[in-house]
Amino acid sequence: MGLTSKLGNMGIVTTRLEDTVNWGRTNAMWPMLFGLACCAIEMMSTQAANYDLSRFGMELMRPSPRQSDLMIVAGRVTRKMAPVLRQLYDQMPEPKWVISMGDCASCGGVFNNYAIVQGVDEIVPVDVYVAGCPPRPEQLIHGIVTLHERIKQERIVDWA
Amino acid sequence: MTETGPVEMLHAAFPDTIQDVQTFRGDVTVVVDAAQIAKVCTHCRDTKGLDYNFLSDVTGIDYFPQEPRFGVAYHLYSMIHNHSLRLKVLLPGDAPEVQSVTPVFPAANWQEREIFDLLGITFTGHPDLRRILMPQGWDGHPLRKDYPLGYETVQFSFNYDDVDKHKPYAKE
Amino acid sequence: MTIMESRWEGNLEELRGLVSDRAMTGETMVLNMGPQHPSTHGVLRLMLELDGETIINCVPDIGYLHTGIEKNMEAKKYEQAITMTDRTDYLNPMGNNFAFCLAIEKLIDLDVPIRAQYLRVILAELTRINSHLVWLGTHALDIGAMSVFLYCFREREKLLDIFEIVSGQRMMSTYFRPGGLWRDVPDEFEPAVRDFLGYFPAKIDDYEKLLSNNPLWLDRTQGIGFISTEDAIRLGCSGPTLRGSDVNWDIRKALPYSSYDHFEFDVPLGKHGDVYDRYVIRMEEMRQSLHIVQQALDRLPGGPTRSNNRKYVPPPRAELGQSMEAVIHHFKLWTEGFRPPKGEVYVRLESPRGELGCFLASDGSPRPWRVRFRTPSFVHLSVLPHMSQGYMIADLVGIIGSIDIVLGDCDR
Repeated sequence: MGLTSKLGNMGIVTTRLEDTVNWGRTNAMWPMLFGLACCAIEMMSTQAANYDLSRFGMELMRPSPRQSDLMIVAGRVTRKMAPVLRQLYDQMPEPKWVISMGDCASCGGVFNNYAIVQGVDEIVPVDVYVAGCPPRPEQLIHGIVTLHERIKQERIVDWA
Repeated sequence: MTETGPVEMLHAAFPDTIQDVQTFRGDVTVVVDAAQIAKVCTHCRDTKGLDYNFLSDVTGIDYFPQEPRFGVAYHLYSMIHNHSLRLKVLLPGDAPEVQSVTPVFPAANWQEREIFDLLGITFTGHPDLRRILMPQGWDGHPLRKDYPLGYETVQFSFNYDDVDKHKPYAKE
Repeated sequence: MTIMESRWEGNLEELRGLVSDRAMTGETMVLNMGPQHPSTHGVLRLMLELDGETIINCVPDIGYLHTGIEKNMEAKKYEQAITMTDRTDYLNPMGNNFAFCLAIEKLIDLDVPIRAQYLRVILAELTRINSHLVWLGTHALDIGAMSVFLYCFREREKLLDIFEIVSGQRMMSTYFRPGGLWRDVPDEFEPAVRDFLGYFPAKIDDYEKLLSNNPLWLDRTQGIGFISTEDAIRLGCSGPTLRGSDVNWDIRKALPYSSYDHFEFDVPLGKHGDVYDRYVIRMEEMRQSLHIVQQALDRLPGGPTRSNNRKYVPPPRAELGQSMEAVIHHFKLWTEGFRPPKGEVYVRLESPRGELGCFLASDGSPRPWRVRFRTPSFVHLSVLPHMSQGYMIADLVGIIGSIDIVLGDCDR
């Protein structure tokens, strides 16, 4: 049961606007190339051949915050880095989402000390937390799919 | 070459400067006068038979609450003779200050900056003594023993709401 | 100071004395690169003074990943603190475990069974290949060769599978413990490593086919990032960066640890001290690592994988049901930890990046008094201004890649 059978002869599909927009948002989400620590290496593994993040329309990592709409905070956030991270977040255009990857970004992890921000949610609002130290690529993909599911629930009334 | 050779040579060259020689598990530590460290390092580098041409590491140690409170350890290594030596200076807890060895071993440059940053030991004659790891406006020197670790209460299920109330969540 | 109040953008006045006076008048340009930049391998920030495209001065600003690991380790017991060492140099986790365990073993004069030593060598060398693969992938990616990155990460997965077989974790394995290894390797380990040994040499050839004679690669790497022999020693370079400048100093050869003297391998040397030589050395090092792994695997002795010194090493599970003494030892070790003698030791070993030193001071308590990692990335990054002066800004990413920095290693 493909799309073609629904098309009929006229080439017209009727659907809701919000579904179309959400579909577009989820399938061409550009993450920011923003590696901080160990988790960045697993993020690179996720990008690479074995796990192939491009299956989710994410093969293009943008180093510039202006061109990206998903920030994957991969690694521990230090107090020195925190203002930078916030500035990068502020530079991203709306709509934007944040995945906090790994224990350090989510809650400080094993580093409960003076240098590390105990959870990146103190700096930027986080949509999805991914546990693990570092999370396996499958876990990160699960986090991304969870985010996709969330975005698909968004309603047009909430955007206004 | 045995490890005692270099130490005896150093003793002969600096009879008054060397305060103590310790050997522990094959590591030789020579404690020298803080005012003479640059001179001793130059001697170690340039004298034939010593030839410590490589400075591996400079480390600061805080012996709080002992006095002298701080130690700075220099790990020298000779690629020619394949032997190593630790020089150490002991510094008072109040305004610790030691000569910089950066003019002798440029490798010490950043390592001394790190010690300055994390332990608050001043290196006189250092070309660029700024904080290196912590932000420029940071208060205190984190590796000192009287500096708190900065522990925050960990959120468990039994105190979840309690901690959550105080957590400074970010806004959009 | 709250988090958001701390300011990170520098101003020109703060750089006075670090850049030339021409920058103050605006004659040359000061450009900020990082901390969020695709080619700085993490969160390195560089302030560059440029005359056109030529770098006059380069002022690195590090600490954006300062994790306080050394301070945090002082608050942990020795065995707990090993967990932290994985996360310093996250491309070389087993090597960091290795350094810390060697320091503890030297401190308490603990014996390590020969089987554990051989297994440590195998795993450390596999970690070296693992690290070099990430280095090659990202270094090539920075210079513009995308496909190498994908190939390298494909092969890396096989190594991570091996690490997962032995420790259950892909990266942060914490597999080395004082006195040996956490446990013996499972049966799947040896076939997996042999499989890798058969599979990987052809892949190194493939990478070299892609890069070594590629005119673009040669143009971007040869004659760039030069450092002379004298300067390399003076400035504290080690590892491939030092050997690229024709200094034959490999700690595995000079100061053998953990039975490295039982194995034959060559130490590749460069002649020119440029980016290309460092690349060639690392490629050859991967082959030599395979050679070491092959020898160690062929001669792998049987026997225990952990020291039998019950004061420092917990007894095996099986003993707990039979011996009251074992239960007491076990209880003491996991509640109180062990108490090494008072003293200070320094050990050095050859990490994929260079000399990894671990200084460990003990005051006789179950927690280390001071732990210090002399990390190669930190020292090499301090050499970067020296290496990059006079080259074009486009060459800078190649130079950063060639010294193979890991910011976690650098900032700790």
